[in-house]
Amino acid sequence: MFYISRYSRITNRLLVDQGKVIYGKEEGTLDDFLAGAFASLSVAYPKFYKMDHLSQLGFLAMEVLARESQVKQRYAPEQIALILSNAHASMDTDKVYFKSTKTMASPALFVYTLTNIVTGELCIRHGIKGENAFFVFPQFDSKQLCDYVDMVLANEKTQACVAGWVDVIGDQHDVFLYLVEKQNRNNALEHRAEQLQKLYQLKYGTVDGRS
Amino acid sequence: MEQLMADLKKQIIEALNLKHLKPEDIGDEQSLFVEGLGLDSIDALELIVLLQQQYNIKMANPQDGPQIFKSVKTMAEYIRANQPV
Repeated sequence: MFYISRYSRITNRLLVDQGKVIYGKEEGTLDDFLAGAFASLSVAYPKFYKMDHLSQLGFLAMEVLARESQVKQRYAPEQIALILSNAHASMDTDKVYFKSTKTMASPALFVYTLTNIVTGELCIRHGIKGENAFFVFPQFDSKQLCDYVDMVLANEKTQACVAGWVDVIGDQHDVFLYLVEKQNRNNALEHRAEQLQKLYQLKYGTVDGRS
Repeated sequence: MEQLMADLKKQIIEALNLKHLKPEDIGDEQSLFVEGLGLDSIDALELIVLLQQQYNIKMANPQDGPQIFKSVKTMAEYIRANQPV
């Protein structure tokens, strides 16, 4: 058995750390929310502004997860795996890029027309060098994700795995990242599909407590 | 020349999504790559597109890129010398 020691969530323009809303912005565009959430974390990483929405969402959820869990301090880069999934692949950026080709194709957009670019961005930012994969499922699939992460963790080298769901299309965004470890730290939750589904389905109020 | 450099700074920020910067944060002779603004190879491609879109200049020789994109000033000088009349 493996253990879920931490999770983060971005849904309905709320950034959630371990069940607690740490930033929210209902008004404005998705860009406004992403920029505000980034500013709220006080992280110096100018490349964030160049990323597409998919990578920015993954970046924010991972930043919270990594900072609070201190996973990088406890494991070597090769011991941490990263397994992500979503429903819309890179379609959100594909559409913007396709539009840019009508006039002059943008190289900066083109580089984000692959789903696993978000994986690369997170690995660069956090120095992760373990196993990685990106799956496209019709919807969040706790069973498939749980089975695959269990398989990755069965490998002797891998000690921890960040896994989950990073999806965006237009203004619709849905992110759920969690850290699974071999060691049970601080009465962590068991890594089971039912548990993942339960965490994914949790509902959140706004940052100031309004629902 | 001053106006051209001011326009270029705005266009670079817009084209490269440098939302954390204001035009006045970019020095006329500040290095655009590595130790300066920290631009990368994809940004260099975007600058080539910018020259084409905004100034109708097609770079004849991409090998000249490092010299042309050294700073806002060198870009402005290149535009002055190569912009179609």
